[in-house]
Amino acid sequence: MKIPLKVNADFDLSGKIMPRSIEWEDGRVFAVDRVIDVRRAASLKAGGTGLRYICRICGRTVALFNDENKWFMEK
Amino acid sequence: MRSILHVDMNNFYASVECLYHPEIRNFPVAVAGDPLNRHGIILAKNMIAKKLGVTTGEAIWEAKLKAPGLVLVPPDYKKYIRFSRMAREIYYEYSDQVEAFGLDENWIDLTGSLSCMHSDPVAIADTIRRRVKEELGVTVSVGVSFNKIFAKLGSDLKKPDATTVIPFEHFKEIVWPLPVGDLLYVGRSTARQLELIAINTIGDLARTDVAILRRRLGKWGEILWFFANGMDTSPVRKISESEQIKSIGNGTTCPRDLQTEQDVRLVFTVLAESVAARLRDCCVKCRGVQIFLRDNSLFTLSRQKQMEIPCCTSAPILETAMELFRQHYRWPKPLRSVSLSAIYLVTASRHVQLSLFDDTAERLLVQEQLEKTIDKLRDRFGHDAITRASALLDPKLTGFNPKEDHTIHPYSYFR
Repeated sequence: MKIPLKVNADFDLSGKIMPRSIEWEDGRVFAVDRVIDVRRAASLKAGGTGLRYICRICGRTVALFNDENKWFMEK
Repeated sequence: MRSILHVDMNNFYASVECLYHPEIRNFPVAVAGDPLNRHGIILAKNMIAKKLGVTTGEAIWEAKLKAPGLVLVPPDYKKYIRFSRMAREIYYEYSDQVEAFGLDENWIDLTGSLSCMHSDPVAIADTIRRRVKEELGVTVSVGVSFNKIFAKLGSDLKKPDATTVIPFEHFKEIVWPLPVGDLLYVGRSTARQLELIAINTIGDLARTDVAILRRRLGKWGEILWFFANGMDTSPVRKISESEQIKSIGNGTTCPRDLQTEQDVRLVFTVLAESVAARLRDCCVKCRGVQIFLRDNSLFTLSRQKQMEIPCCTSAPILETAMELFRQHYRWPKPLRSVSLSAIYLVTASRHVQLSLFDDTAERLLVQEQLEKTIDKLRDRFGHDAITRASALLDPKLTGFNPKEDHTIHPYSYFR
């Protein structure tokens, strides 16, 4: 299932985007502790493709997808 | 010997839609035009629909008879163009010679890249296949061969998600037993003509005396003979080589049949505006116009005419099209679809010969300035910011924007 997310991100001078925190469906905000891997990937589960950020959030490894600046997560 | 890949994205439009809609993935799915606007034909289908016999180009009602639970999705060309671009970005990592053949097919010439990549073409083909699947979520079939024609043939042999190799040493065993219709540019009509002289397989074609083929099919006979014998030498275009445009055209199937000359004029006006704007975008002018008419019994007619002065403005294109129409169409039946193409293109920057006796060329230059201003207005404020009053006579008939709606052009092998 696809969970659309509000994301707070840093844009560096070269145009690279790094997510800093995400806002969950119920309004809670979680900080992104670390970005482990960034690459283009498809999400068959949620339906879509884009840049996939493998991140550590609250001790868990999760994949955030940026599909043309629309962010989502797989559930 | 060259190493050429042909990469074909399987069931392209349908695969992209299934990726974005996981909930329909296990049903027969087809991408189809809008039946209310009478664009109701199948544009693409997924593997499940294909197995049930749904074919591209058939009417929605025909497809639904074969696959009762068929899920229909409207086309989203912006998405397909984006996927096509992303796929090409992957291919460019392996060679600077990547040539598109439609949105979903590309040739890649690896000849020059193999030594620096320390790899072989089949391994690269498999890597590309895996990467497209992982990164874009759609599958591709790859043909690997020593020329473009056999590479394309290879990609059609095994689908989906497969690599097919047609090496020079074994091409006769692999290619020659195949039906002649599998060869690029052997359509239904050519295949029928070849069958009349007992040519049923590609091998039959290759073994036939080329003089017989030339007599029967003209220069095409010779070209097909070269193709069948693996002698196609056409290069894969480099990134920097822009293709030479030979014509620019737009067409539409109208929401209702065209009954009068005024109806035709209204639709041609929209098409001429789009064609002229695209001519200006490409910095070319046309010296001829071609019209294509299809009546409601699907009978088609195509006529063309040369123009004295090259132009890139809508008025002369429209007038020439209407002149052709009046000359050649006597209204045996109402019209279902019409197209308009600008042909015999020349560069726009060349000098214009003004006449001592009339001011047609000068008036054209003034008109050109006016239409360029309209282009700028539309760029800044949208297509509907400025429109012809005549378009309001029948907004349903004229309410389309061929330039931006979906500009997907047919590709030719001989560019």
